[in-house]
Amino acid sequence: MLVSLNWLKQYVDIEDQTPEELAELITKTGIEVESVEPIAEKLNDVVVGHVLSCEQHPNADKLNLCQVDVGEETLQIICGAPNIAADQKVAVAKPGAVLPGNFKIKKAKLRGVESNGMICSLQELGVDEKDVPKEFVDGIFVFQDEVEVGENAIELLNLDDIIIELGLTPNRADCLSMLGVAYEVAAILDQPFTPQEEILHPVQEKASDYISVHVEDPDLNPYYGAFIVKEVKIGPSPLWMRNRLIAAGVRPINNVVDITNYVLLEYGQPLHAFDLDRFGTDEVVVRRAKENETITTLDEQKRNLKPDHLVITNGKQPTAIAGVMGGADSEVHEGTSNILLEAAYFQPVAVRTASKDHGLRSEASTRFEKGVDPNRVVRAGMKACELLEKYANGKVLDGVVEFDQLAREPKKVEITSSHINERLGTSIPDEEIADILRRLQFGYEQKGEMFTVTVPTRRGDVELFEDMLEEVARIYGYDNLPYTLPGGASQAGGLTLHQQLKRKVKNYLQGAGLDETITYSLTNAERVSQLVSREVKKQAAAPVSLAMPMSEEHSHLRLSILPELLASLSYNVARKQTDLAYYELGTVFISEEEQVTVQPKEQLRLSGALTGNWLVHPWQQEKKAVDFFVVKGLVEGMADLLDLKLTYKQAKLPDMHPGRTAEVYLGEKVIGFIGQVHPKLQNDLDLKDTYVFDLNAEELFAHYQKEEAFQAIPKYPSISRDIALVVEEQSAAGEIAETILHAGAPLVKDVRIFDVYQGEHLEEGKKSIAFNLLYMDPNRTLKDKEVEEAHEKILTAVKEKHQAELRG
Amino acid sequence: MKDRLQELQSEALEKVKYAEDLKALQDIRVAYLGKKGPITEVLRGMGKLSKEERPVIGQLANDVRESIASAIQTKQDKLEEEALEKQLEEESIDVTLPGRPVHVGGPHLLTSIIEEIEDLFIGMGFEIKEGPEVETDYFNFEALNLPKGHPARDMQDSFYITEELLLRTHTSPVQARTMKQKDGHEAVRMICPGKVYRRDTDDATHSHQFTQVEGLVVDENIKMSDLKGVLNAFAKQMFGSERDIRLRPSFFPFTEPSVEMDISCKMCGGEGCSVCKGTGWIEILGAGMVHPNVLETAGYDPEVYSGFAFGMGPERIAMLKYGVDDIRHFYTNDIRFLKQYHKV
Ligand SMILES: [Zn+2]
Repeated sequence: MLVSLNWLKQYVDIEDQTPEELAELITKTGIEVESVEPIAEKLNDVVVGHVLSCEQHPNADKLNLCQVDVGEETLQIICGAPNIAADQKVAVAKPGAVLPGNFKIKKAKLRGVESNGMICSLQELGVDEKDVPKEFVDGIFVFQDEVEVGENAIELLNLDDIIIELGLTPNRADCLSMLGVAYEVAAILDQPFTPQEEILHPVQEKASDYISVHVEDPDLNPYYGAFIVKEVKIGPSPLWMRNRLIAAGVRPINNVVDITNYVLLEYGQPLHAFDLDRFGTDEVVVRRAKENETITTLDEQKRNLKPDHLVITNGKQPTAIAGVMGGADSEVHEGTSNILLEAAYFQPVAVRTASKDHGLRSEASTRFEKGVDPNRVVRAGMKACELLEKYANGKVLDGVVEFDQLAREPKKVEITSSHINERLGTSIPDEEIADILRRLQFGYEQKGEMFTVTVPTRRGDVELFEDMLEEVARIYGYDNLPYTLPGGASQAGGLTLHQQLKRKVKNYLQGAGLDETITYSLTNAERVSQLVSREVKKQAAAPVSLAMPMSEEHSHLRLSILPELLASLSYNVARKQTDLAYYELGTVFISEEEQVTVQPKEQLRLSGALTGNWLVHPWQQEKKAVDFFVVKGLVEGMADLLDLKLTYKQAKLPDMHPGRTAEVYLGEKVIGFIGQVHPKLQNDLDLKDTYVFDLNAEELFAHYQKEEAFQAIPKYPSISRDIALVVEEQSAAGEIAETILHAGAPLVKDVRIFDVYQGEHLEEGKKSIAFNLLYMDPNRTLKDKEVEEAHEKILTAVKEKHQAELRG
Repeated sequence: MKDRLQELQSEALEKVKYAEDLKALQDIRVAYLGKKGPITEVLRGMGKLSKEERPVIGQLANDVRESIASAIQTKQDKLEEEALEKQLEEESIDVTLPGRPVHVGGPHLLTSIIEEIEDLFIGMGFEIKEGPEVETDYFNFEALNLPKGHPARDMQDSFYITEELLLRTHTSPVQARTMKQKDGHEAVRMICPGKVYRRDTDDATHSHQFTQVEGLVVDENIKMSDLKGVLNAFAKQMFGSERDIRLRPSFFPFTEPSVEMDISCKMCGGEGCSVCKGTGWIEILGAGMVHPNVLETAGYDPEVYSGFAFGMGPERIAMLKYGVDDIRHFYTNDIRFLKQYHKV
């Protein structure tokens, strides 16, 4: 809502504040002021001039040579505007004047002829072109009102006005009217304000002789009032009204349209003027539209209607979409002389549906959608009639023809000062609460500390005690509330174990050299099925997709974080950042239904993607590209941290390198995978060798027990033995280690692989793996003999299970 | 004999003096102090001496021996010292060459901000609650005083999956769920950080995905001044003790009264500048007293219980605190962006 301070001054005394101070007060007390701007930058020396003569410039076809009386003198001015003519009253910038854009007017010669000033268009004076009346858009502005030669044109054209823009929240629809803003500002400044009464001089003839009103859906339209104004003369509206419309960002059109717009801005009540002679019949029927009914609205669009839309009809066909837009057939035009003026209350829901369906958001529909003041409907109609009398020469007929089932009773809310003070943490005395109610112009009856407040109907948002609490608090001032802390039983705040583990794992990965990312949860149809871990794929019947995505790029909920991580890597590599190690701890969305009906499962997954070099120290010629075992080491380290035993099994997965991928198991359960991205996919993404991991973080966290993490430091020495085994090339070292651990139990505590060899001195197709075994008993020193026995058992077991021979 | 010993002594000491390395020294030791050396030989001839002379010469021989041994030792220490010095000299390196980099990663800036907020509120006795990102219409809207058809639903156009399911548009449903879980009689003191989603076209100031941290306190006798006190404590710790706060009226369907909280502008100290658009204040978060309909829906009697709620955007806080100028930076994961904020 744009509020003209010159207009506001007509209602409330705001002279004690600068516009900025006023804006600050309004912001702190009620409504956020988004901007404070003058209509035009500072202007001076623009006056009313009378064009005495206007002749063609001797040396230029399109220029005119004018003699202009500006009061104290007559200036010779050259003007190129097509609409200039003798005897016009125009706005003249005299030599020395400064126009917006710091444009200085000087005496000059144009094609050899002296020009002493400029005859101005409204745009040149700083008015936004969209607000300039159409007839003046392509030329100079011409006064149509009685104005004195030499008068200050800046004031006449309201160019010294300052506009405050209010950012209205949905509850403050009352301030979608100048009267509402006046009540608000009067309360804030503690100034008096009483709106003027509407004064009409109706003729003898009765409106009801011309029109009747029938409403078929009182639920949607509880009030419809029809006024008849005869013999209007269409012409320009008065300058002051045009100025106010321009200040509010509404383009002036003609007196009848301007008057309905003006009343809308002042009262917040939209009105509609029909050309009575083109209305078609003598009855107004308000009803729901019929299926397949159409109307051509005054923007010349043919629109299809539905029964959800409320329409005004002449009993035969629709003449307007209620509260949204009138029909072209009954539009007021230059030849209109008799007017049917509608002042109605349409329910917000009826207007909202129609304006949404037709994509028509107007000043009128916005106000109906938020609910207008039921006690201002008729008064707004009367105000428009008053203005039509004055400024369009209209004859207002006696009476308003109405359908009326509108509730106008104000709401009552009971408050007590103790309740108010309890909830605010204040001790505001009764008298001060009474004073706040007086400033707000809310009626009340006081009994001790109890106030029964009568809320004016303009404040439809105030219904409950809490709403009154806000009214009292904001006028009292939030700055005046004390600072306290909540009392009551205190609870120890803190992180849950799950939350602690999230932080622990993040810290671990970051310490290990990985950067955390946050990528989008919404992905595209292709990526959603890439790099999805087998156990996720098994559970998810289909990816979850949006009903109405904004773009294909973000249409599906992800099943894996990896495609997003790879996209991030790709983005960086394209920017010459080639060594990257990323991880993300985030949600994937698993629906067990083809057609989603219940919330999908949200699983926390921990994923990482690494590419380029893992270690680089250039002058020592040290360089190590990331490989499978870098990633595996990271995962193993994390398993240690979480006290978990993970196992790895070679696997062939889509989009992964068939020979360099393992599924990760926790016990018998697959919880994810690690490995190299398939070279084809790497290629598509312009990535070098890229290794990833993707794990179900919930499984990782589920088994962690803080208390069991501690193990006693061994008191007795351990014994270390090495063995080298020759096995088939394809044998899995991890499985052999597993066998050793098993066969050597309980004495073997740890098995480490310290060498893998293949080549000279070994049979073709064989490899040698060297293991270091750690024997220990926590309660005593081991004897050599026991170790020997265990060692033998181990050798037997690996021979049996893996055909392993001791390397000679 | 006496003369011979003294001669040997000065001869040996002279040789020690000019010995150039440990080997030469060792040779001297063997030559003079060895079992076949001249001093031993002298001592062997002691039998010829008189009873009186014997102890005198014996003593002298010992003194000579010790003086030579000690001279050798001193010289040896010196030579060893020199050898070590020489070796260390040779081992010297260019200390100005760069060290081997320790590669440490770091958290995402939003995580840093969220964890900082979490820790601040944990210090004030708050729990951290989480909830689903795909929400029911009921918890995302209806339980928060936003029934179907409510005009305020326009304010946050949403990503629907079905008519009843959508990506949550705020983390407030976690509040509704927490209250429901506490069953209408336990006190609540929690914050809920998380991802949220709205139908916005991504640009410098909008993102279809972003994060929020919301908070809720419900108990008997919670006052609006408590809201002011808690938010003030938060703002001072998060933004600096010299910053002031102010509350001004606003509107949210789930709170009444609703306020927005501003902090005084750091750039201009409240004088007004381009950062604060001349107002001296910067909007930080929305808050308010929990609407009675919300309490009631969750099973709390609004006559007995009251509460306050607040919500803030970590992106906005990061943008204000660290001058990030485009919200898309948070989600493109440019390594050059991520690395800048590791120290945060
Ligand atoms: Zn500032």
